Amino acid sequence: MKTYTNTGNKDTRSGFGAGLTELGKTNENVVALCADLTGSLKMDEFKENHPDRFFQIGIAEANMIGIAAGMTIGGKIPFTGTFANFSTGRVYDQIRQSVAYSDKNVKICASHAGVTLGEDGATHQILEDIGLMKMLPGMTVINTCDYNQTKAATLAIAKHEGPVYLRFGRPKVSNFTPENGTFEIGKAVLLNEGTDVTIVATGHLVWEALLACEALEKDGISAEVINIHTIKPLDEEAIINSVKKTGCIVTAEEHNYLGGLGESVARTLSLNLPTPQEFVATEDTFGESGTPAQLMDKYGLNADAIIAKAKQVISRK
Amino acid sequence: MRIFAENQPIPNMADIKALEDFVTQVRRDILRQVHRVNSGHPGGSLGCAEFFTALYQEVMTHNSDFNMNGKDEDVFFLSNGHISPVFYSVLARSGYFPVEELNTFRLINSRLQGHPTTHEGLPGIRMASGSLGQGLSVAIGAASSKKLNGDDKLVYALLGDGELQEGQNWEAFMYAAGNGIDNLIATIDLNGQQIDGSTDKVLPLGNLKEKFVAFGWDVLEIKDGNNIKEVIDGLKLAKSKTGNGKPVLILMHTVMGNGVDFMMHTHAWHGKAPNDEQLETALKQNPETLGDY
Repeated sequence: MKTYTNTGNKDTRSGFGAGLTELGKTNENVVALCADLTGSLKMDEFKENHPDRFFQIGIAEANMIGIAAGMTIGGKIPFTGTFANFSTGRVYDQIRQSVAYSDKNVKICASHAGVTLGEDGATHQILEDIGLMKMLPGMTVINTCDYNQTKAATLAIAKHEGPVYLRFGRPKVSNFTPENGTFEIGKAVLLNEGTDVTIVATGHLVWEALLACEALEKDGISAEVINIHTIKPLDEEAIINSVKKTGCIVTAEEHNYLGGLGESVARTLSLNLPTPQEFVATEDTFGESGTPAQLMDKYGLNADAIIAKAKQVISRK
Repeated sequence: MRIFAENQPIPNMADIKALEDFVTQVRRDILRQVHRVNSGHPGGSLGCAEFFTALYQEVMTHNSDFNMNGKDEDVFFLSNGHISPVFYSVLARSGYFPVEELNTFRLINSRLQGHPTTHEGLPGIRMASGSLGQGLSVAIGAASSKKLNGDDKLVYALLGDGELQEGQNWEAFMYAAGNGIDNLIATIDLNGQQIDGSTDKVLPLGNLKEKFVAFGWDVLEIKDGNNIKEVIDGLKLAKSKTGNGKPVLILMHTVMGNGVDFMMHTHAWHGKAPNDEQLETALKQNPETLGDY
């Protein structure tokens, strides 16, 4: 298989911070809003460089979404930053009415998504946010896999006209996508060509999918690995073309199987090319406290889980 | 293109009588809109006919050749979106879209949705509202954007009193004062009524004036929000208070259902349309002035 090198563990949220810092220098219309989590979202540098364009909202996420929506009137491109839980579930109606239905160019940037937030536990570990956001008409939904890709995505969404949900995480994970790589919204990235099974993964599960691919190869199984960074709009063509070749698919995401990437893929395939599918996702449950690695293991969100599901789905062909 | 500005003479609107005639026509428009589709919110709409008339015909500098960005003009946000009939009537009669379009209120394929929206591209609407409590935050955002752009025009917002029960408003009140959003004038429509009854019975709002002063706003009052001259004077006074480091708030006392005797002083007409007979009675109390659509 094609090999990928981890150039050093980094957190995806720092990729967001780096992207925002660059946008501060290159796009004067970009403004940043934060609900008392500036450090956690890595927005400090933007704040220091552009105090006039940084807005500390306080612990008031609903107000933050509304202010961001209003700022688009006058041509600003607001980036809001808080944890994924407080970026979506807490403010669903504000996003629905003031951003999505009102067609406002707001970028909702969410860190600490999924169980890998770790020790803070289930109150902060949202596993429903992709579903909430993808159901909103007109919303673009992106979940990036590493530092470099998160930085590239942050730059790309500033150029995209319309509301965007950008989801990333807290822990340091392998950084393997190209530095200063391009990011095309809605375009899947083929990481490895294979013939026996398709693995489509998003977010932190992409690296796990590559590890799984390597292990499967040792067992004589050829896996095709696709990085789906944009869950909506979904690159249906890439998925359909891949399963035409492999005949089965595993979807992998740090999210509930209800409402996640897997369901979007299942719909695409059921309409176009019904195909055996297995889901690596949480099973309609809340998370709990623990280290990211412990939680990924307990909730079946790692390379081992992908390997098991791949073998299972191949047996269903 | 028709530009309205405070210090420009407005055709046929030079005196209070002309503005009162405008208000009367707006009341007719409200009643006829809700009657036609047997739905909508006449009570709060009637209570705010003077406010919208004052704002769009006398106080705001605005351009009926609509531009979403609102650059170099005053912009307005309606937070209590259910009073859309009054908003639609005044926008149409201020040149934003043809008055005949009021005929399509709440009908399928219309730009005049039950609650205002940008989605169908109706000129004059910059934000969807209806789910309560969100308008002030949006207005703060627009005001902040104006400051960043060096645009010295103002942002106006109208909120219902019942709507103050939504917590997001208090996040916004705190933020605007804490951050010196002084290019913003928020008006509270104090009619004391909401769907289930009086605000005192449903959830008492307490002493609002003291609350807003404590929150750090510059607060003034319009005692009779159904007197066009008082409303204009109040809004102009509010305008004179902008730019002083504090957001400005107007407590505007109105009567729900104003101008139709059987609809006044009750929550009964908050969200109920008149029948044929009731419409006839109501229209007799508000004779045609500018011409029905």
